[in-house]
Amino acid sequence: VSRLFRQCRPQSSTRRAYDHPAVLPSLISTSSPEFVAKAEAMDTLIADLDAKMAAARLGGGEKAIQRMKKAGKKLPRERLSLLLDPHTPFLELSQLAAHEVYSESVPGAGIITGIGRISGRECVVVVNDATVKGGSYYPLTVKKHLRAQEIAQEHGLPCVYIVESGGAALPHQANVFPDKEHFGRIFYNMAQMSALGIPQIAIVHGISVAGGAYVPAMADENIIVREQGRIFLAGPPLVKAATGEEVDEETLGGGQMHSSESGVTDHLARDDEHAIAIAREIVGDLGKAGGQEIPVLPPEDPLYSASELHGIVGTDLRQAFDMRDVIARIVDGSRFREFKKEYGPTIVTGFANVHGYPVGIVANNGILFSQSALKATHFMQLCSQRQIPLLFLVNVTGYMVGSKAERGGIAKDGAKMVRAVACADVPKLTVIVGGSYGAGNYGMCGRAYSPRFLWMWPNSKVSVMGPGQLSQVMATVSKDPTKHATLKEEIEEQSTALYASARLWDDGIIKPTDTRDAVGLALALAARKRGQPGLRRESSTTWDGDAKGFGVFRM
Amino acid sequence: SSASSLKGRKPHFDKILIANRGEIACRVIRTAKKLGIRTVAVYSEADADALHVRMADEAYCIGPAPSAQSYLRIDKIIDVCKRSGAQAVHPGYGFISENAGFARALVDAGIVFIGPPESAIVSMGSKSESKTIMANAGVPVVPGYHGSNQDPDFLAEQAEQIGFPVLIKATHGGGGKGMRVVHTRAGFLPALESARREAEKSFGNGAVLVERFVERPRHVEVQVFAAADGGCVSLWERDCSVQRRNQKIIEEAPAPGLSPEIRAELSEKAVAAARAVGYLGAGTVEFIFDKDTEKFYFMEMNTRLQVEHPVTEMITGLDLVEWQLEVAAGNPLPLNQEEIPLVGHAFEARIYAENPRNQFLPDSGKLAYLSTPTPTHAFAPAVPITARSASEAMTVAPVVGAMTAPSVRVEQGFEAGAQIGVFYDSMIAKLVVHGRDRTEALRALRGALEEYRVVGVSTNVEFLRTLSGHEAFVAGDVETGFIPKHEASLFPAVGEPDAEVLAQAALYVVLRERPQLTASLWSSLAARRFGGDVYERLITLQTDDASEPIAVHVSPRAQHQFDVTVRAGDSERVFCNISAHLVDSTTLSVTIDGARRSTTVVAHAPSASASERLHVFHGSRKTTLHLPAPSWLLALGGDAHTAARGALRAPMPSVVVDVRVNVGDRVQAGDPVVVLESMKTETVLRALVAGVVRAVGCKKGEMVEEGRELVDVEPEEVSS
Repeated sequence: VSRLFRQCRPQSSTRRAYDHPAVLPSLISTSSPEFVAKAEAMDTLIADLDAKMAAARLGGGEKAIQRMKKAGKKLPRERLSLLLDPHTPFLELSQLAAHEVYSESVPGAGIITGIGRISGRECVVVVNDATVKGGSYYPLTVKKHLRAQEIAQEHGLPCVYIVESGGAALPHQANVFPDKEHFGRIFYNMAQMSALGIPQIAIVHGISVAGGAYVPAMADENIIVREQGRIFLAGPPLVKAATGEEVDEETLGGGQMHSSESGVTDHLARDDEHAIAIAREIVGDLGKAGGQEIPVLPPEDPLYSASELHGIVGTDLRQAFDMRDVIARIVDGSRFREFKKEYGPTIVTGFANVHGYPVGIVANNGILFSQSALKATHFMQLCSQRQIPLLFLVNVTGYMVGSKAERGGIAKDGAKMVRAVACADVPKLTVIVGGSYGAGNYGMCGRAYSPRFLWMWPNSKVSVMGPGQLSQVMATVSKDPTKHATLKEEIEEQSTALYASARLWDDGIIKPTDTRDAVGLALALAARKRGQPGLRRESSTTWDGDAKGFGVFRM
Repeated sequence: SSASSLKGRKPHFDKILIANRGEIACRVIRTAKKLGIRTVAVYSEADADALHVRMADEAYCIGPAPSAQSYLRIDKIIDVCKRSGAQAVHPGYGFISENAGFARALVDAGIVFIGPPESAIVSMGSKSESKTIMANAGVPVVPGYHGSNQDPDFLAEQAEQIGFPVLIKATHGGGGKGMRVVHTRAGFLPALESARREAEKSFGNGAVLVERFVERPRHVEVQVFAAADGGCVSLWERDCSVQRRNQKIIEEAPAPGLSPEIRAELSEKAVAAARAVGYLGAGTVEFIFDKDTEKFYFMEMNTRLQVEHPVTEMITGLDLVEWQLEVAAGNPLPLNQEEIPLVGHAFEARIYAENPRNQFLPDSGKLAYLSTPTPTHAFAPAVPITARSASEAMTVAPVVGAMTAPSVRVEQGFEAGAQIGVFYDSMIAKLVVHGRDRTEALRALRGALEEYRVVGVSTNVEFLRTLSGHEAFVAGDVETGFIPKHEASLFPAVGEPDAEVLAQAALYVVLRERPQLTASLWSSLAARRFGGDVYERLITLQTDDASEPIAVHVSPRAQHQFDVTVRAGDSERVFCNISAHLVDSTTLSVTIDGARRSTTVVAHAPSASASERLHVFHGSRKTTLHLPAPSWLLALGGDAHTAARGALRAPMPSVVVDVRVNVGDRVQAGDPVVVLESMKTETVLRALVAGVVRAVGCKKGEMVEEGRELVDVEPEEVSS
């Protein structure tokens, strides 16, 4: 029982200490006429305040509420309630904002802000109230939003934005848009907080248009509700006016499109409740971002047997397998919180725990395309911000080749990934479970990228290119076929795990069934605080935690 | 007598082997420990962590889970005797306890069988032989004509002699075919004709026998004990009339409403029966007792220690396993007939994993949660022994016990986490109570049943509780047809769960989800809101029959106080100011309208895919409520186990009864693929998706463990 409640409860056994010398005496007379009169006046005022606040909490009224309900949506306060940890406080701000300010009623300025607990950490929550003028931003809406961000920045609190807004209220644009403390400041704050390591999370429940589109776009990580959330800079009528294109909202900026094609959104939710459940998981995976220590959970065995790894992977590297099957046999409870599942599917990224330690996993499910490289880069930035170590599960033949890929800038996108690996602000671990070829070796944290540990499975191979490509390349460089055969044989032999391990290109060959424990022990080492006695930063040969950033990304 | 017999007494064994499992193995080990005898357990692979294995001094694995490959393997058990140096074997009940071959094999190996001689097992194992022996020894058998003369008038004559009502039964029959009950002479010939016709049709043989029909039979049995020196005593009778599926579920001693004279008669005949076969050790002579005429007839003799032996122990204050060991060691019986007490009244209720409301079909599964009443005794408490005169050796009325409080024994062989009813019998435990008289013992039984809580399998606990409070049962008005006769009152309609129970379930969910109180005010100032806002939590509950979900709104008022609104269908119930807190993870303490009570709530998810269930134990009832998963989770196909790919896995340890597909077969979603059996219940696994069978991972007759992949179906590509 908390100390506070023990004092409050009348049946409590602890005696109140009136005899302490520092106790202030109470000299009032609660039956005096002045006291009674003052109390009555105050009670009346409070009752009036309660009534006004209760009215403000109802938002834009019954009609708007029914419209949202009919669309299968949760109401703004229901979303808030689902987002917060059950039975925790919510310190709501400025409930009477915009009260009797505008000619029309804008309860709470059409936005709910406050501080509450999500997955065990305090966050600033900003909720657009779409029942009030479609969630559009009045001048005081902007002010209330900015004030919430200010509090977040002052305290280093992660921000969660529950978005459903048409953007600036056009009639008020002069007092919403141009000035320093206007709309643009919202995104300025998001960018700065992200740079300061204060996570910015957005959930798109409805329309998020024009300026509003930048809230999810500027967020570190975001969620969109399928066939409900919409992000675009201009809606279909404006598009038609500007370009003549006729397009419906879902095609233009729906969840499916943004999650699988544009990459604007990271998680695709089935409904409001699902979106909020994902947001709660994201906040649970924020690591050290926002100034908390990373919680180490009680370890839990995977649901599936590690011995099945043999049958999943096999020894023929040409046979594809789903790396999720490998992950499911390494991580606690086989639970994997996947990031950007629908986007760049040839790489798999997400958070998990191994023996209780949080880890960000980057794993290959095929050839690396531009999209895959960008996804991995984004994910490594998240891990850097959150101080969550990275685990690379490698089975990669390389980056995509061909004129389409080259025109698409595969080289610069691959370079982004390589840069992110090189400069990630966290310890890295690499397990080569299949092939590690060519530039894929760089992007997937080969030996040259200073992983804290690099292990190989006995079936795995490391070389400049795969055997198939090798023979083709050979034909172009030399005309003597006898030399081809010898060189090919030589390179193939040099690419084996045995050859590599014998030359200490790794830290040893481990059996697939050893992976979970080896990774767990390494994560336990990586979790040791830097700057501890015996860990002198200056003398470290590895740059994996100096918060120096990433240099210049070639865009 | 006990003091004098100590002199020439032969020593006990140093080490015995218990060729059984479950509660009876534990029961035997307890007595052995008490006497300083070392114990050897045997176990199957399925029982590696079982309680009897842990209780024994040594334990040996004797094979895979199926009993034919383990507990029934005589050769392996004898081998373990030799390896461990066990001098004698206690067979318990069931398995090989009445296997004459086992008794002989032990004798051949120079090991003592703690049971009767082989010959007695053989004689009593045959129904016809045993009846002949008994008739010759003057033990009454059901009067009847079993001869070959099939002349209708002759048979009618016989029926008259036997006395109506009589039963006409096909000699080669079974399953009720060719069976007729006849109440009068006039009805005999037509009934005979139709019985013959039916028998002819069903068995190709129209021969019948005629027997006295007992209209309202009771099952009364006598516990006898015989020693090598010729001593043979009766330890009084037990009544086991109330049965379901021809199996006992509740037993008592002494039999209610029996006069000392009839008791003496029963005992005399039982002892005569035992002597007739040169019996040794513990045995039970079963009689059909005609409620209307108070006549009784020999049915059969069981040559083992019975499941229900504890009720006899309770009324005599004896340890029957100890007696068995005495007799096996070659010692005389510890007491004479005149010294055997009969004190108070005892009940035993067998707790089974079964569904009483579904024809008592067995259930199987894991004991996810188990909480039992606290036993007062491990053995029967001793009772004073005073010798009666020889003339009153068997003519005894129960003495009202001197003890101040009823005794409770919990005979169990399993703990939470054990698998029940998959490979072996589905009995979970036995509750044994002893009171000064029948009324007191019944009250103690009801109390003990209310404290017996199981989650994971269905049990008969609630049924036993209803039975032990049933008017006719309380009156001692028992007969073998008790359950069908009183069906309506034994199975009262199950109503909608009480609003109070729903409120408690919701409060449990709310309280267990409360954050741990930490140093942070951000959790300890629970659910604090400002500006008159009120935190409210909505808990959705569903009953088993999947009707309309029930919405329960819970609003905290103060640290331990809540307002709760229960909305089920059109009805609404509001509870203001409920005080509630969790005493431990399964105990909720609530005060509703000034009434304070403690409720056990157990949360349990029967499988990875199923929604969580809350089992609320209130009074004698258990209400099961589902916490439905959010719709998005269901839409995602919450169960990763059976996700899209089409692999079918065994939902529980079971036997593969049939594999209906081969590799390469095309199947449609819903086609039966594999048939499993787990304790007499068949489960048909159906294809989850349409496609081609890629692999079959089991074969017919094989035992498969939970989660084993049985068939993999490669889903068809859906062309778009």
